[in-house]
Amino acid sequence: MSRIHRAGWSSVALPLAVLSLSLVLLAGVLHLAGYDAERALVALWRGSFGSTHAFASATLVRATPLLLAGLGVALAFRAGIWNIGAEGQLLAGAAAATGVSVLLADMPRLLLVPMVLAAGVLAGTLWASIAEGLRRRRGVLEVISTIMLNFVALHLVGVLVHGPLQEPLGIYPQSAPIVDAARLPRIVPGTRLHAGFAIALLVAPALWWWLRSTAAGFRLRAVGANPDAATIAGRIDAARVAGLAFLVGGGLAGLAGAVEVSGVTFALYESLSPGYGYTAIVVALLGRLDPLAIVPSAILFGALESGALAMQRDAGIPSVVVTAIEAVLVLAVVLADRWAASRRLPNDSGGGPPDAAREAPKVTPSPTPSIA
Amino acid sequence: MIANLDALLEASVRTATPLALAALGETVVERAGVINIGLEGIILAGAFGALVGASAGAVGGIAAGVLAGVATAAVFAAFALGARADQIIVGTAVTLLATGITGTVYRTAYGATGAALTIPTVAPLPIPVLSDIPLVGRALFAQPAFTYAAYLLVPALWWFLYRTHMGLALRAVGEAPEAARTVGIRERRLRLGAVLFGGMLGGASGASLVLAQSGTFAEGMSAGRGFIAIAIVVLGRWHPVGVGLAAVLFGVASALQFFFQAMGWQLPYQLFLLLPYALTLVLLGVRRGRGAAPAALGQA
Repeated sequence: MSRIHRAGWSSVALPLAVLSLSLVLLAGVLHLAGYDAERALVALWRGSFGSTHAFASATLVRATPLLLAGLGVALAFRAGIWNIGAEGQLLAGAAAATGVSVLLADMPRLLLVPMVLAAGVLAGTLWASIAEGLRRRRGVLEVISTIMLNFVALHLVGVLVHGPLQEPLGIYPQSAPIVDAARLPRIVPGTRLHAGFAIALLVAPALWWWLRSTAAGFRLRAVGANPDAATIAGRIDAARVAGLAFLVGGGLAGLAGAVEVSGVTFALYESLSPGYGYTAIVVALLGRLDPLAIVPSAILFGALESGALAMQRDAGIPSVVVTAIEAVLVLAVVLADRWAASRRLPNDSGGGPPDAAREAPKVTPSPTPSIA
Repeated sequence: MIANLDALLEASVRTATPLALAALGETVVERAGVINIGLEGIILAGAFGALVGASAGAVGGIAAGVLAGVATAAVFAAFALGARADQIIVGTAVTLLATGITGTVYRTAYGATGAALTIPTVAPLPIPVLSDIPLVGRALFAQPAFTYAAYLLVPALWWFLYRTHMGLALRAVGEAPEAARTVGIRERRLRLGAVLFGGMLGGASGASLVLAQSGTFAEGMSAGRGFIAIAIVVLGRWHPVGVGLAAVLFGVASALQFFFQAMGWQLPYQLFLLLPYALTLVLLGVRRGRGAAPAALGQA
């Protein structure tokens, strides 16, 4: 994982270069497909950065869950945990936040909003802890368990909004609107931008500082760089540290879900998340797993997805095209990383061990599978 | 009751078929030490390919589906094997890529709904004598050709993996690539072959969704089957027979919803939708998976 994380100028310049390239590519493909590429790009701009309203009400609102969940994904990835489950953790957080809003509807705002958000964090953590327990105790790959848990969470939300949490009339598959006191305040008058964005903006530097300057943060980075070395040379309980990162990451994704309910949707329903948890992976990767760089990365994807919706409205281009752009972005970043690594390798004059050393082949012969 | 049971069995086999095809392909891929979570995207590409190719008949649909699957797998191979980039990240990107491209092309070519778009499904081919076996005959032997292909693949892959030199070399690459290299095994070539083979079966899996089940295409119609197939590989302990059985088990878990509906049970259907995933988690937890995993799985 450490190969992806490289601090420095490249964490800003490279994504920008890759993004420009993707936009050029997009324009070319749209042109070939017979769309009006210029009109499409204008719509993309208008819907994302083109006006204060678009920027605050669309881009930043959409960037908020991406930022929180992206930070959660990055934290786990930094510790060498493949948490693909941000989507499920986010939904768990959203469900819990809705549940608390309904149960404690009579509480004053000053108490209720924090409790709603805390419920989201807790639920996200619990949801991640299932995968973490399976990983630690039973050796189940977290890639697989988290994906399964995403589906379980999605259908559980379905059960909730068709049953216990369904609105009183029992017609629509969604919860009743949460009470005013459970809603996050708006922070820019006249727009939909809510306090959740400010919270996310505070979490990012806090996480950055924690990773950089605390002993626990150091342990996490050591485990992510090389768990064996961290265990032997640093006497670090690598499995424990990685597990903790996984759980905290799940909590952040859960917070993203709670913030979405409390700041945007004001209700729970099955299609609450248009795949925020999956986009969060891309956000984290493009931010090179660096909490500070994930902020512009999340805003960028918030803009891209908001712009795509405008593009669909104004130029008739399917908004799902941004999913392909996201994929191209990831592949380009990965490729650039490998390229940079291969260039650094021959004359590595001390910025840490060369990649080949980290990837040294294991000398112990592995046992043949029991079935074979 | 008996009629319901018969229907349950039939639905189980039908549901299991695309899962088995994809999971058997992924078994070979993972045996070579590669984990391709782009399988989800491969199935989706296969389904879309089948839709496009079906204008030239069922065979055209299958061919186009397989081709689309192989092409998608080739993208994965270029980055994960060619550039030795991280397999999980590349797999995630490949799934996103397939989702984006199939969705965009579908909406561009067929409109937002594509409601008018139905293609004839391939009819079940009852096998004489076998399909007359009481109770299980029709469920097992009156299925579309895709199902029989899955039946045949189980022994064929077993034979390939455990009785041929190439199968041995492939497993060696998955267990100890360094050691395999020192005895002259062409590690990269074998891995490439495995990934493309996985793409072929993933594409066939997607084609079966369109041609043997729904008779149309829908955006994101793979609906997590690629991920489930990867879990099935783990449940089946990377062995063709185990994987085949795990796919059937998963098919039963999915088909239970029809069964309970037929029995008149009043439960929210979302509970049945989540049952297969929850069951997978429980089974993964009960069976220790990692012991049987290829030792070099996921390493560049």
